[in-house]
Amino acid sequence: MGTVLAQLEPIVAPAVDWAGLLPVLLPAAGALVLLMVRSLVPSRLLPVGLDALWTFAVVAAGFVAVVVLWQRDGEVTAFGDQLVMDGLALFTAAVVFGSVALAAPTLPRYCQRVGIDSAELCVLTLLAAAGAVVMAGAADLIVLFLGLETMSIAAYVMAALNLRRLESLEAGLKYFVLGAFSTAFLLYGIALVYGATGTTSLDGIAGYLDTFLVLRDGMLLAGLAMLLVGLGFKVAAVPFHAWAPDVYVGAPTPVTALMASAVKAAGFAALIRVFVDALGVRADDWQPVMFALACATLAVGSVLAAVQSDAKRILAYSSISHAGFILVGVQAASDSGVAAVLFYLAAYAVIAVGSFTVVAVLSGRADDRTGLAALAGLGNRRPALALGLTILLLAQAGVPFTSGFVAKFSVISAAVEARSYWLAIVAMVSAVVAAFAYLRVVVAMYFGDEGSDGSDGAEDSPAMGLGAAAVIVAAVLFTVVAGIVPGLLESLSSTAAGL
Amino acid sequence: MGAAAWLICAFPLAGFAVLLAAGRRLGEPRAGWLATAAMAGSFVSSVAVFAGLMSRDPADRRFVVTLFEWVPAGDFSVDAGLLVDPLSVTMALFVTGVGSLIHLYAIGYMHGDRDFSKFFIYLNLFAFSMLVLVLGDNLALTFLGWEGVGVCSYLLISFWFTEEANAAAGKKAFVTNRVGDWGFMLAMFWAFGALGSVRYLDLFGHAGSLSSSTATAIVVLLFVGAAGKSAQLPLYIWLPDAMAGPTPVSALIHAATMVTAGVYLMVRVNPLIAAADAWAPDMIAWVGVATALFAAGAAMAQNDIKKVLAYSTISQLGYMMLAVGTGAYVAAIFHMVTHAFFKALLFLGSGSVIHALDGDQDMRRYGALRAAMPITSITFIVGWLAIAGVPPFAGFWSKDEILAYAFDANPALWLVGLVTAVLTAFYMSRLVFMTFYGEARYGDEQHPHEPSPLMTAPLVALAGAAVVAGVMNLPFTKDLHFLGTWLKPSLFGNEAHLEIGGGALWLLALVAVAGAAAGIAGAVAVYLRGRVPASVVERPVAARAFYVDEAVTRFVGGPGRRAFDLLAAFDSKVVDGAVDGVGRSVRAGGTALRRVQSGFVRFYALLTAVGAVALLVWFLSRASL
Repeated sequence: MGTVLAQLEPIVAPAVDWAGLLPVLLPAAGALVLLMVRSLVPSRLLPVGLDALWTFAVVAAGFVAVVVLWQRDGEVTAFGDQLVMDGLALFTAAVVFGSVALAAPTLPRYCQRVGIDSAELCVLTLLAAAGAVVMAGAADLIVLFLGLETMSIAAYVMAALNLRRLESLEAGLKYFVLGAFSTAFLLYGIALVYGATGTTSLDGIAGYLDTFLVLRDGMLLAGLAMLLVGLGFKVAAVPFHAWAPDVYVGAPTPVTALMASAVKAAGFAALIRVFVDALGVRADDWQPVMFALACATLAVGSVLAAVQSDAKRILAYSSISHAGFILVGVQAASDSGVAAVLFYLAAYAVIAVGSFTVVAVLSGRADDRTGLAALAGLGNRRPALALGLTILLLAQAGVPFTSGFVAKFSVISAAVEARSYWLAIVAMVSAVVAAFAYLRVVVAMYFGDEGSDGSDGAEDSPAMGLGAAAVIVAAVLFTVVAGIVPGLLESLSSTAAGL
Repeated sequence: MGAAAWLICAFPLAGFAVLLAAGRRLGEPRAGWLATAAMAGSFVSSVAVFAGLMSRDPADRRFVVTLFEWVPAGDFSVDAGLLVDPLSVTMALFVTGVGSLIHLYAIGYMHGDRDFSKFFIYLNLFAFSMLVLVLGDNLALTFLGWEGVGVCSYLLISFWFTEEANAAAGKKAFVTNRVGDWGFMLAMFWAFGALGSVRYLDLFGHAGSLSSSTATAIVVLLFVGAAGKSAQLPLYIWLPDAMAGPTPVSALIHAATMVTAGVYLMVRVNPLIAAADAWAPDMIAWVGVATALFAAGAAMAQNDIKKVLAYSTISQLGYMMLAVGTGAYVAAIFHMVTHAFFKALLFLGSGSVIHALDGDQDMRRYGALRAAMPITSITFIVGWLAIAGVPPFAGFWSKDEILAYAFDANPALWLVGLVTAVLTAFYMSRLVFMTFYGEARYGDEQHPHEPSPLMTAPLVALAGAAVVAGVMNLPFTKDLHFLGTWLKPSLFGNEAHLEIGGGALWLLALVAVAGAAAGIAGAVAVYLRGRVPASVVERPVAARAFYVDEAVTRFVGGPGRRAFDLLAAFDSKVVDGAVDGVGRSVRAGGTALRRVQSGFVRFYALLTAVGAVALLVWFLSRASL
């Protein structure tokens, strides 16, 4: 026996830079700890709001870890180059953590009002965040898939968490079924690309395509198509977007905020990793498709946002339209395009969480009072809240002196640099059409007929709570400051893009 | 010294900001004191910058303080920078100096006004804009200030906006100035197109490389702007109406500072004028002198004291333009400064009179105010002698210099200028006699009295300046040409030089003094002695300002209006139609697209599948299998 053992080669574990993995480890461990504590300790012994506080603390620690890693020279790779913590990954992780940190303070009061178990929501949020960071840091298609599934499965459950609301259950089911459907495409795409190049490593794929001219490239290109379907679904690009409005409206509002910010950021990071980085050599093949997707996404998102009569739905479609703008930056297939995309993701994540937080504050006991009629007269009743939402909506419309303007400007100039003039024009026209949608909300708030939906006043004006107020103030401040002095965020996104 | 330069602008801006935030809480009179302190701070900074420049070698008396890049847009970059040179510092000095005195005066004048603090918000904003205009190191920044002073002028003219006429006057000033601004903007675009920069120093450095037709076009367009701001024919029509504003506003904006902005601009761009065809400066000179004569004629028959002063201002601005057109830039600035002193003095004096007579502005109901208001009347008389061109008061020296250069350029210009001078002496004497001499024609219930020291102190200070300001630029020897020597670095050798000699100059001066004496004597005959009935000189046609305003109004109201209606129809049908069309098609498209969002998972899956097939088809069509 001893001899047999002696003959075996000792197993050498790959060296792992555990500190470099903190952005993944912290939220995952945080989720597990919270799960354990909440399962073992009776709820009455724990203070209300502990879950949210813990979540906030964990992502804050994650944020600090990102900042520390950002200062380090050289990128961190782990698990035999399966995971890489480079500028793109760290920037995306920061956006994810920032989104969660902004969403968390709203949770205690929201969950209490709507009747959701905040422990489950927080555990799932942290798990989704861990998945999102893995996705952003994936250096291999399989790891990317792993991260995507971790994030998505958590998100499916989160969408269905409001058990008392039928739409929420419906949203969870729809998201799950369609998500599974699209994941199949993604997996198939991975298989095809592996078949064509013999590797799933993103660097390997790029190296292979750089070195060899693939003569019979049918398999590779089919793989590209499938990958694009799978990732297009995650970022809600038209025509793979159909789930988004229903799920966004049905899901508990803070969850919707996370879907529009963290989930979207991770999806785009993955899209950049796969298409711009690994498949950049074949940009000529995928750029026209990206062009068409961007056009369709912009048009459908903006036009449909303009005809909705529910604030949450307007924001859902507007999130599709924003995805179109971000695709404009991806389509440029350049470093400046990537920098523009990252800037947009950061700016939009903050705006989205801020906007949905306002909706969450007003959505009432059943989380369904989100129609424009419910917002009518908000300008009189709660002027500060109305002003906050107005600024965030103007930022979404891309009004100067907000981060939204700088974001739109930078993706459009990336498109112009890439000589995609028509796309730039479509983007600008869509911005105008979408602005109409946002202005409808603003008009409803300031000029709408009050009490037209016959609601009682108490339900009408639930106390906002300190957490939500702080979140809205922070989001508005960030939006305005980044709009007036965009230099810092721009330099960060440029560095992350390797410019 | 760079710090002091930006402090010049920062003080009034800070005053504006503080008053905006807390003006109402400060209330009267603290808001006024704060605004005045801000202006005084700005004046002190100007003096510091002036001293700094003086201590330098004349050749280095020019530097640019760049605060930040204001508009970065591709090749087009505009810095928020200040050009500090003798010209801009001269302007800053008298704008802040006269401005401080008028702010002080306004504390007394606006006493008890409901919107006391708002008035000072506007005044400080005006001062800031004016200083940006003057100190800006490029056309774009000057234009920012240009528009800023325009807005403040609008706000202050219609300050008592509850009166329909005041609101209308503000609107008229604003709209008329738009015509001028149009010229300014085109000139700016053209300059950028031709030289790729709007910075003054770039423009001046490359003015020689411009074709003369380009330079001419830029100069003429800038002159359109200057004619609007500085109330030259035919764009002067807003200035008489602008007297609807409170009197300190008339003194500050519509006499001393803002209206001189056009003259300043033309002096500033002297290298461009030098590069332009000769007809451009000739045109400027003729427009100037025509304006001077025309406005002096109109001033002869006005009965509203402020209207007389308004036409007088137009007339004096005409003199300044005449100086610009004849290349006498130093004389233009010289007259601008002396005019700022004596015209501000006259306006403030008229304000005291109006104040004393409960707001009455009709000189026919004045008279014999000398006894009741000694300080006002003495200071006013100083201002009168200065504007009438009586030596040794300031106005004599500056006007004489303009006339000398005009004679040198073209005796016809000089002759018109001289006639204007006679008329000026006449109408100003008329104003003084009707107001301070003769018999009292105001009602018995009125008891005119001297205003508070807050208002008389600025009068005395300005009167002092109006007496001695001529020292700045005495003609006798070269050493006494202080202003001329000082401004040299800003003029790049483009100023004209007198060819006529000493004897001829003495003769011209004698003729001018005789003209002034004749004008005064005429007014004595008519208004003091009553030898000639007033109706002989007060022609209705002059009272209506030769119907220019009516003609413009009729043109704009008639054919102009029809053209505008046509444009409006185009806008509402074609442009709005396009916009509405987009809106309608969005709505229609949205309604159609909404059907896709049926809510059925199977349908959504189908959509995804169709998309996937489409993508596959595209990619495979590019593949070599």
